[in-house]
Amino acid sequence: MADPMRIRVALRDGVTNVRILMSHEMETGQRKDSAGNLVPAHYIRSVTATHQGKTVLSAQWGPAVAKNPFLEFSFKGGQKGDKIVVTWEDNKGDKRSDEASIN
Amino acid sequence: MNRSRRNALKTGGVLALLLAAGIVRPGDLRAQGWNQTAFEGKTLADAMRALGAQGAVPSTAIEIKAPEIAENGAVVPVGVESRLPGTQSITLLIEKNPQPLTASFDIPAGTEPNVSTRVKMGQSSDVYALVKADGKFYVAKKEIKITLGGCGG
Repeated sequence: MADPMRIRVALRDGVTNVRILMSHEMETGQRKDSAGNLVPAHYIRSVTATHQGKTVLSAQWGPAVAKNPFLEFSFKGGQKGDKIVVTWEDNKGDKRSDEASIN
Repeated sequence: MNRSRRNALKTGGVLALLLAAGIVRPGDLRAQGWNQTAFEGKTLADAMRALGAQGAVPSTAIEIKAPEIAENGAVVPVGVESRLPGTQSITLLIEKNPQPLTASFDIPAGTEPNVSTRVKMGQSSDVYALVKADGKFYVAKKEIKITLGGCGG
């Protein structure tokens, strides 16, 4: 299981800003190890963020998103105490889901 | 998830069942699924075609927020903001990467058409931001120069 995501949520003037830092190798499948063997691709393919159960962002990624991916976006309508849940799934079927509250 | 279930998912057996039961319609999959053809496209034109965006119209209402020169190609901060009304999705493509399509973001109503992430770039390249707004595709580009590539070993 991958390490938890770090999710920072800030409400300002009715707009909720979400910043997410995920822990993932994001291996491209183009790189060779010291023995000259190709390192198999391993990267997050899909990310979904929900606010009180409603999707506020969904993303599809390829291997060129940088290691330990960063993602920032904003949406309208959040209130203090609301729950933000972020889920990712990688090309090997591994998943991780973390949550944060608007404060 | 055990291995046999994973294999069943791979062969699409579960998907076929869901399709047969009418729970998942093919259109839903295209909208939400991972577009393999587009992500595996080796050229910008291939990826754009697979996205159905060959005829994208250049637009000045799309802003790519990124450094002109990035020292480290392994971590290049890129943000895209669309001022086009009815923005539905924002897609990032890096022309000279082995697979240009990098990331695609679906923007539901209520979410601001403004996303930021960090990408890897093998060499200096034009970066394209493709925006779908009111069902039409628009595009903007910006050149990012790389001092040190991010895809080598």
